[in-house]
Amino acid sequence: MLTVRQTRLAWLLVLPTLLVVAFVAGYPLAQVFYYSFHRADISFVEPTEFVGLKNYIFLLQDPDFRGALWNTLRFTVVSVFLETVLGLAIALVIHSNFKGRGIVRAAILIPWAIPTVVSAKMWQWMLNDIYGVINVILVNTGLIANKIAFLANPNTILWSIVAVDVWKTTPFMALLLLAGLQLIPSDIYEAADIDGASKWQQFWTLTLPLLTPALVVALIFRTLDALRVFDVIFVMVGVNTATRSLAIYNRQTLIDFQDLGYGSAISVAILVIIFIFVFLYMRVAGRGVRGED
Amino acid sequence: MRTKGLGYYAGRVLFYILVVFIVIYSVFPFYWALISSFKTSDALFSSNPSFLPTPFTLTHYQNVFSGAEFGRNLINSLLVAGGATLICLVLGVLAAYALGRLRFPPKNAVLYIVLAMTMFPQVSVLSGMFVLLRETGLFNTHAGLILSYLLFTLPFTVWVLTGYFRGLPRELEEAAYVDGASPMQTLVQVMLPLTGPGLVTTGLLAFIAAWNEYLFALTFTIGNNVRTVPVAIASFGGATPFEIPWGSIMAASVVVTVPLVVLVLIFQQRIVAGLTAGAVKG
Repeated sequence: MLTVRQTRLAWLLVLPTLLVVAFVAGYPLAQVFYYSFHRADISFVEPTEFVGLKNYIFLLQDPDFRGALWNTLRFTVVSVFLETVLGLAIALVIHSNFKGRGIVRAAILIPWAIPTVVSAKMWQWMLNDIYGVINVILVNTGLIANKIAFLANPNTILWSIVAVDVWKTTPFMALLLLAGLQLIPSDIYEAADIDGASKWQQFWTLTLPLLTPALVVALIFRTLDALRVFDVIFVMVGVNTATRSLAIYNRQTLIDFQDLGYGSAISVAILVIIFIFVFLYMRVAGRGVRGED
Repeated sequence: MRTKGLGYYAGRVLFYILVVFIVIYSVFPFYWALISSFKTSDALFSSNPSFLPTPFTLTHYQNVFSGAEFGRNLINSLLVAGGATLICLVLGVLAAYALGRLRFPPKNAVLYIVLAMTMFPQVSVLSGMFVLLRETGLFNTHAGLILSYLLFTLPFTVWVLTGYFRGLPRELEEAAYVDGASPMQTLVQVMLPLTGPGLVTTGLLAFIAAWNEYLFALTFTIGNNVRTVPVAIASFGGATPFEIPWGSIMAASVVVTVPLVVLVLIFQQRIVAGLTAGAVKG
């Protein structure tokens, strides 16, 4: 009796959410697939025309798409790597008991709380080629002789943006890894102490393997985030071939070039690329991710 | 017990240097924006800038609020982020109760859809969302922006709240059933008051996500009527590209960031718990 009533109620409660999901995700996604096989402009001045795989064939031969893919991959690999190393170091620091750990935890929440657009603007000012504080510090300490135009020089532009992304998102990584560290029972370290294992050995043989599930989850979240990077690059340098990510190229095609068909094909490509990454991570560390229900 | 040797103290000193470095690294950029917003233009554009806000001025804040525009942007952001948060909390709490507590055969399928959506890249529905907003006449409206924000706030809310409901003790519910309460009464009278803290945290996280959103706000609005704060700050410009009003940009940045930082620091413990619950409970 009760279970039938419960099931009916459950459907009723879930239905509004499912309808909204279908409306704001399902329908737009269907549109993206539909238009990716058509020639269409976004103002619908010209009639939409079915072109089969033409958009996708163009995509495979498009050097701008390849450039954007290469920029995105470089950005993702380097920023996620740095965030992981830094995040792990910060998590280990906060996890160890010391006076003032509350201050450190509060401090690292600040970059997380700041909107990406604002942090991009803050760093753009700090990286300013003439008045930026970073140039001032580097020159005054004698590390560089002449000020660097970080956001204009093709050798530094992408890595400057990576630095901003690392600053902004390392806290999230650190918090996820900290939660993972707190799940590790402390008595295994006591046992290791008795066995005479050094802290360094303990880190590699106990902490890291036991942290793998949390690490994999954090890596997935951050990688997916980095692959769709838009805000930080667009706000700092706009559309620039040296830093144009897939998401920026996608919006540019869609809005600036008004090309709904090709823009949709790029969207599908981004989805496929992200899917490939998720699949790879799941394959590599599938055991770790599932965890408890 | 071993006595603490020189090595121990050297280690401690190094450790605290690391701690100080982490704190400075995290806080300095915000500190720099803060003092920049209070400096006179002469002091801002100096070859040897001071690390204190001297000489002190409020000119940049006056500039930011002198026109009606930035005030309008703030109201827009409040409306859009507030609206999206409210809707996703109401829908989310209903769905999460069903997913977390009720007998519901396709529960896992629904949860997988929700989880997949939390990882969904916004940009890959950009064109489809554009078409949807055009067709419904919601392009460049607050309602349209709220609707598009449900794409990322709703799945997140459902996912985190489901975790909260699951964590509540089963006895409470059973006691309510024994007393003859229906599942709906149980939700409203017994479970909902207990999820209060979870609702606050989840709502705050959803609000922050919507408040900070840039791509949709940039693409689905034209002009200043619906434009939100991130878009306004990103497009702050001077008369020429060489006159970027850095003081005003920093002042506007501080205005939108300080409330967030204060909220986050107040709700620290819960936010950390909410964030990690959203990610770790896979």
